[in-house]
Amino acid sequence: MPVLTYTSQEQVEVYRFSVPVAVLVPLGAIFLQTFLPLQLHFFSIFDLPLLVVIFFAVARRNPVSGMLTGAAIGLLQDAMTHQPIGVYGIAKTVVGYGASSLGVKLDVENVGARVLLTLFFYVVHQFVYFLVARGLVGLNMNWSWSHELIGAFVNAIFAAVLFTLLDRLKQRA
Amino acid sequence: METLISRYRNVSLLVALVFAQLLGLAVQVKRSNENQSTRLIRLWTVSAITPIEKGIAWVQGGTGNLWRNYVYLRGVRQENRDLKYEIEHLRLEQVRLQQDAAQAHRLQVLLDFKEKYVAKTVAAQVIGSSGSEQSRSIFIDKGETAGIAKDMAVITADGVVGKVLRAYRSTSQVLLINDQSSGVGAILDNTRLQGVLRGTAGGEVILEKVMADNQVQPGERVLTSGGDQIFPKGMPVGFVTKVSPGAELFLNIRVRPAANLSKLEEVLVITQKEDRAPAAVASEPVRAVDVLAQRLPSVPPKPPAETAKPAQAAGAAVRNSSNSTAAASTSAKPNGSPTDQPKAPVVKPGTAQTLPSAPVKVSEQLRKGTGDESQTLNAKPSPPATPEEKPQ
Repeated sequence: MPVLTYTSQEQVEVYRFSVPVAVLVPLGAIFLQTFLPLQLHFFSIFDLPLLVVIFFAVARRNPVSGMLTGAAIGLLQDAMTHQPIGVYGIAKTVVGYGASSLGVKLDVENVGARVLLTLFFYVVHQFVYFLVARGLVGLNMNWSWSHELIGAFVNAIFAAVLFTLLDRLKQRA
Repeated sequence: METLISRYRNVSLLVALVFAQLLGLAVQVKRSNENQSTRLIRLWTVSAITPIEKGIAWVQGGTGNLWRNYVYLRGVRQENRDLKYEIEHLRLEQVRLQQDAAQAHRLQVLLDFKEKYVAKTVAAQVIGSSGSEQSRSIFIDKGETAGIAKDMAVITADGVVGKVLRAYRSTSQVLLINDQSSGVGAILDNTRLQGVLRGTAGGEVILEKVMADNQVQPGERVLTSGGDQIFPKGMPVGFVTKVSPGAELFLNIRVRPAANLSKLEEVLVITQKEDRAPAAVASEPVRAVDVLAQRLPSVPPKPPAETAKPAQAAGAAVRNSSNSTAAASTSAKPNGSPTDQPKAPVVKPGTAQTLPSAPVKVSEQLRKGTGDESQTLNAKPSPPATPEEKPQ
């Protein structure tokens, strides 16, 4: 029995990416995330690796590949910090799974849906990160709704532009 | 069971992945106290990312230098005049400070006092950051091959920056003082109260463990105390911005770091410190007029018979000090000859008197570039150029 979704299966496009794109885009995102805040301090509010995870997860519409992509990018991001490896890994694994699962059911090709999706998953990511970092690693962190919502909004707007650029790298599966 | 797993394949995989990472995290957290070596994934990622950052920083630095050194020279003459005027004022101030320093040295010799000196530094360029607001660390373009090792102090001309957390082959990760896992032994300049400087989750810096019955005023300078065995004593850390009662009878003191941690470009890594007793200085005080005669280009040089006396006295002080400092002081001079320039008493970087000399040396080295050169921080600044040598 077919699963009823918001969009019919005929409307849902599944995309794939070439190997260079699948490797270089996440590496490029991590590079920019570590390099640009030195030049433009405000850039630290963006989470480029997270946006890339969401983009790949939504485009592939495959929960397994979504969570694997999220785990890989998250672990790489962890490696650039001085904290235990796995904090970003767990947060991005959850986001990768969630975004790809949602991508199967919803039409996330238009700008409005992408903004809302990023808004939502940014908060999810921060929340999971907060839980792990505070509960397991023992970091002294405080949850600030205002800070997280501003971050979510800024990242969502940026994601709309970034996803449009990354759309050019997609290949129809 | 199999049907259950295959039915919820994706969720099962998610749980397995998260569990594996949680397990990995738990192992790391558990073992983080055993001072184990760097994880391979860190090494791979850093090796993949930092060469690109180094390349871009190199191109950026080259372009910036081209612009600053050849294109953008507007106002340099006026700036040169202003700086010369400022130098004259500073020299007069230095005369007074030298007297104070000499007195302090005499007292330290009497007390057989030993402390850490900065013997060697390596200049490095900041090429990247952690990219996370929860991990306040940076990457620099010098590593083990340049003599950098874990727990070495990192400073700028303005003040303390942090310490080396991990040294890779050609890069190093530096933990900034505003990270919540960092700790620096600090002392308040006026009140001499000691505390521990820590970062907060928001990236601010606070001074802990200062009892609430002490009076601390905003604006007071905070220096390193040397108690952490990483930073030499007396290096500028920052200024007190706010004082309020904290928990458990301690004050809550907010500190603004002296170094601009959000705009770091070049830093110095202190690669070698040494324990030394301060050198004995001449018992006969150097007269201000003699010092001025040696240093001010506008004052004609005195006859050799008169100037030899203080120079010899100071020279004896240098000979009494350790070889490395003497050699480094010599290398800091433009012509490198120990007999060409009058020697000044060896000064220590840890005291308030010699603090101005450290930033001068640091900024000199930073201006020279970020090579592998190692220099002392407590070397005497070069004498002024003669009128013929002055830049036009």
